[in-house]
Amino acid sequence: MSLDGRAVLDAQNIRVEFGGLVAVDDVSFTIPEGSIVSLIGPNGAGKTTFFNVLTGLYKPTSGAVIFDNAEITGDPVHDIASGGLARTFQNIRLFGLMTAQENVMVAMHSKMNAGVFATIFRTKKQKAEEAEARRFAQELLDYVGIGGVTNEYARNLSYGDQRRLEVARALALRPKVLLLDEPTAGMNPNESAAFVDFVRKLKADKGISILLIEHDMSVVMQVSERITVLDQGQKIAEGSPAEIKSNPRVIEAYLGKSGSEASK
Amino acid sequence: MSNTAPAHTAVSGNRKWAIGFTSVVAFFFILNKFILPEAGSGVQKFFNAWFSLTSMAEIMIWIIMALGLNIIVGYAGLLDLGYVAFWALGGYVAGWLMSPFFSGLNINFFGNPRPGLEFGIHFHVFLVLILGGVFTAIWGVIIGGPTLRLKSDYLALVTLGFGEIIPQFMLNGADIAGYNVTNGAQGIGGLDDVNLFGYVIGTFALPEKFLMVSLMAGAMIFFSIRLRDGRLGRAWLAIREDELAASMMGVPLWRTKFASYAIGAVGGGIGGVGFAILVGGVYADRFNFVISIIILAMVVMGGMGNVWGVVVGAVTLAWINSVGLIQVGELVNNSFGTNINFPSYQFLLFGLLLVLMMLFRREGFIPEARIRMVMNEDKVDEEVSDETKIASK
Repeated sequence: MSLDGRAVLDAQNIRVEFGGLVAVDDVSFTIPEGSIVSLIGPNGAGKTTFFNVLTGLYKPTSGAVIFDNAEITGDPVHDIASGGLARTFQNIRLFGLMTAQENVMVAMHSKMNAGVFATIFRTKKQKAEEAEARRFAQELLDYVGIGGVTNEYARNLSYGDQRRLEVARALALRPKVLLLDEPTAGMNPNESAAFVDFVRKLKADKGISILLIEHDMSVVMQVSERITVLDQGQKIAEGSPAEIKSNPRVIEAYLGKSGSEASK
Repeated sequence: MSNTAPAHTAVSGNRKWAIGFTSVVAFFFILNKFILPEAGSGVQKFFNAWFSLTSMAEIMIWIIMALGLNIIVGYAGLLDLGYVAFWALGGYVAGWLMSPFFSGLNINFFGNPRPGLEFGIHFHVFLVLILGGVFTAIWGVIIGGPTLRLKSDYLALVTLGFGEIIPQFMLNGADIAGYNVTNGAQGIGGLDDVNLFGYVIGTFALPEKFLMVSLMAGAMIFFSIRLRDGRLGRAWLAIREDELAASMMGVPLWRTKFASYAIGAVGGGIGGVGFAILVGGVYADRFNFVISIIILAMVVMGGMGNVWGVVVGAVTLAWINSVGLIQVGELVNNSFGTNINFPSYQFLLFGLLLVLMMLFRREGFIPEARIRMVMNEDKVDEEVSDETKIASK
């Protein structure tokens, strides 16, 4: 287990209020370096809100997010992303009218330097940079298994390929942490199983830490090294899949009180 | 759905269009420089009526303007309703820097003042073009800086305001705290003739002037294509597609939009300088709101985002506005014995054209391949839903 590693992402006492509503209530959460951890909870538990705090989309009412030893709370979204915190979206948000390759290359924007003049006059450096970006994009597309659709528009890809393209695009940021928001939504059991293998491979190959938000319990139980459960904005449990499976509070949150009694 | 590799088709398409553009420019230059002066009066009359060189040269200015606005509207998806402000600013840079207007000064930097009018500021035309671009870019920064943080609808309103304010300032700028800045409604006339490495393009040397603005339009086409295919072009497109996703992929929204606004403004500035040189002066009453809308219509009707589509849109609308309506009107009046004043129905016809376009060809004359795909898919969807309706009956 790599859970003892240094925390590459450390969210401390995060609290988010929308008016009078407390969406996330004092949640602390870490992602150890080189681990796969999951965040689960029933609908409305505050998972997505918490996720949006990590990526900088929401500023927490109180609390701090430390990423790679630096505080990023309140930093602009694009700085956090280019700093190495990449994500995919629950409802796929590709650039539909751009090709698969272009989609991936957009994510390299912050790593590239060509300015207006270099672009207009195609300086040697700009050409080399573009060629390298195209090569890296192809490498990533091959890596996620859609190397054959480089020049297809994203909106024309099959659902499964679009999910893969989202991962490839996120990887183009050369992330230290990858946040996957319900990546197996809409997948059949076979595809989900293949995805579990893919996430493991990703961690092994690239040494990326992965945070998963997921509804599919079989996926979560198979792939996670640690699971955190949110309910009504609060962290109610944290532990290994085996611990979470037998935790009465978790069962209660998912199935209700009578459900937890019935399971006894 | 068939998918060609967009990158390759784009390149060969560009070459064909570039050859076409160059041929048309060369044709009109050679025709007017060498052939027409020798030709019979009938031929002369025909070309002067339907394709007068003055209107051809102005069409080139419209191309530059439309391409500049295309960077803002077509590439980055920001709605600008006051683009005429940049045209005005570019024009006045030429008015200030290459005329006897500031009569108290006596600055000549490789300029070409007219004999007896050596006072004022006289810069070389290249320097004026550069300074015109820089000056409008600075104004793009001043206008865009605060407004680009707004949501797009508000941006449209603020640009609409600036599009009114700047021409109004020019119109009333004859006495700003005691200084005559713009010469008010009279405008600034008597611009220097362009001197290119010793070759002087005289005030009435129309073929040469036409060639000069055509080269400027060609350069603008080139810049537009190169920018679109580069790092910045991709970021603009991504923002146009999905702002949130773009920022989550490390694209700084404000800075990227800002770049499109400033670069688009440069197009307006350079075009403004070119137009001032073309007409030999700069006159404030020409810069009104309608100009902004016409340029926008050129971009939208030509095919937002597609450089060559925008060029075709600019040529078509500019030609209709300058000679097309008048000539067609005369043709109709002469052949049917009617007496309709066609140019006075300009906006009626213009509006009709816009409505027809929106009904039958929303994507513009020559749309970007990407846009065409969406529009066609919509059509397919409609057909499919019609079929299912019939089937369900």
